[in-house]
Amino acid sequence: MAKIESAFFDIGTLDRLASRDNWLSRLDPRAKVVTTLLFVVMVVSSGKYEVSALLPFFLFPFTLIAVADLPLDYLLKKLLIAAPFAFFVGVFNPFFDPAPQLQLNGWAISGGWLSFASIMLRFTLTVSAALILIATTSFTGVCLALEKLGAPRVFVLQLLFLYRYLFVLIDEGTRLHRAQTLRSFNGKGRGLKVLGSLLGQLLLRTLDRAQRIHMAMLCRGFDGEVRMTRRLCIGVREVVFVGGWGATFLLFRSYNLPQTLGLLVERLMR
Amino acid sequence: MSHHIVAVQDLHYAYADGTPAVQGISFRIEHGESVAIVGANGAGKSTLLLHLNGYLTPQRGTVQVGDCLLSKETLPQARRTVGMVFQDPDDQLFMPTVRDDVAFGPLNLGLALDEVEDRVAAALKRVDAEHLADRPPYRLSGGEKRAVAIASVLSMQPEILVMDEPTTGLDPAARRRLIDLLASFHHTRIIATHDLDLVLDLCTRTIVIHQGKIMADRPTLEIFQDAELLQRSHLEAPLRLQSCPVCSRTLPPPHEPEAHHHHHDDLVEPHCHD
Repeated sequence: MAKIESAFFDIGTLDRLASRDNWLSRLDPRAKVVTTLLFVVMVVSSGKYEVSALLPFFLFPFTLIAVADLPLDYLLKKLLIAAPFAFFVGVFNPFFDPAPQLQLNGWAISGGWLSFASIMLRFTLTVSAALILIATTSFTGVCLALEKLGAPRVFVLQLLFLYRYLFVLIDEGTRLHRAQTLRSFNGKGRGLKVLGSLLGQLLLRTLDRAQRIHMAMLCRGFDGEVRMTRRLCIGVREVVFVGGWGATFLLFRSYNLPQTLGLLVERLMR
Repeated sequence: MSHHIVAVQDLHYAYADGTPAVQGISFRIEHGESVAIVGANGAGKSTLLLHLNGYLTPQRGTVQVGDCLLSKETLPQARRTVGMVFQDPDDQLFMPTVRDDVAFGPLNLGLALDEVEDRVAAALKRVDAEHLADRPPYRLSGGEKRAVAIASVLSMQPEILVMDEPTTGLDPAARRRLIDLLASFHHTRIIATHDLDLVLDLCTRTIVIHQGKIMADRPTLEIFQDAELLQRSHLEAPLRLQSCPVCSRTLPPPHEPEAHHHHHDDLVEPHCHD
């Protein structure tokens, strides 16, 4: 439990990073959201066996990390926490797809291994891009941008509240768990049945709280729209940012640069 | 100024399962009054408070806030007039940062951005929390949360403040700061609480509720000296009015000593045992 707790509470670190002042954090959140979205689409839509073509895309996360001076080890740790999901998505590919796809110095590499590597690469690229987005924009900024970009209001509201009350929920869950642990002995009182009523309890408390929050919102004139004081503006910097990266991604996506480079070197060597 | 009054007339409310919560409560609170609503757990305090800003609609009886009776049409006006501070600040601070939260009400009132920013700054300054503006609410201490929750209501410039258990979960110093803050307000104040020492400091009038009915509605000191009434309502005199556990003497309350005739008027200096 302690581990889960600390992992979750660490989310605050992303927000702290986002509150630092630098060129990137001053950029309009919409520009960053759109660019990240473009990036994710370009990476995800690459071919199933692409490995080398994905490598140039690392330019994007690395540039942002350098500009915003983000702690690399922290991001890597976050990546590792999420890695098992991607790992298990792809880990059986080598068994299902044993047909050789690539000859490397006499070694045959099967399509399964290639697609597995491709999945892991894509995972690293997209998740790090998302982490960087939040670390430079803050979760709230991302939500705000989504709303301004036309995402359904209910959806944005849900995201905002998820983020705000995640900590309260974890707190509540931890208290329940602690109360249970303190009164269970020799493995008694830890079964599924107890867990069930524990979760039921948590759900009821959450519903109660939701009602109270709604009440508090109504008391302050909530009418379905979330308004915030942040002023957003799209300027030259934003256009250049989105346009520049968009063009770069398109280039990476249309030409396999490492392959082209390799062929070029090969021709020069000959 | 008649728009600062709160008048409740023969209010009845029962929960969906038929349990009566409020059974025929009537009172009238005038402009600038500071009134405590006290009573045992489940006496109906919270249900009563929820009627004052129109979250619950009376099943019988009326609630009047300012000049108009509470109804669907007058609801927005009433909610602007009555600022409600909830028991758990986590319920009240739902926006990502303190600034957003304090701005929430004014923005919903449709004010211009500049005006909203002025109001946010003023409200945070009033509760001494300007330095917290950009912090997320979950990173605040209990006392800070409470102060910000009050600021989030003040920014709507209500005429009447309604508070549910404002001192729960506060350490003594934070509690004292809160009491000082509340004492400096000129709003009409309605405070539901179990903290009778706070009542002694802040409220000149006390309404005692027991099992959904008003047991007494009198000046605070009079109520706290009525031992029989307190016992019947599952209450106890504030600690400061009880005799000292060491020397069994009683101290007069800090305010209005003339309204209070104790047998040891000679006691002027702070209480000490040596």
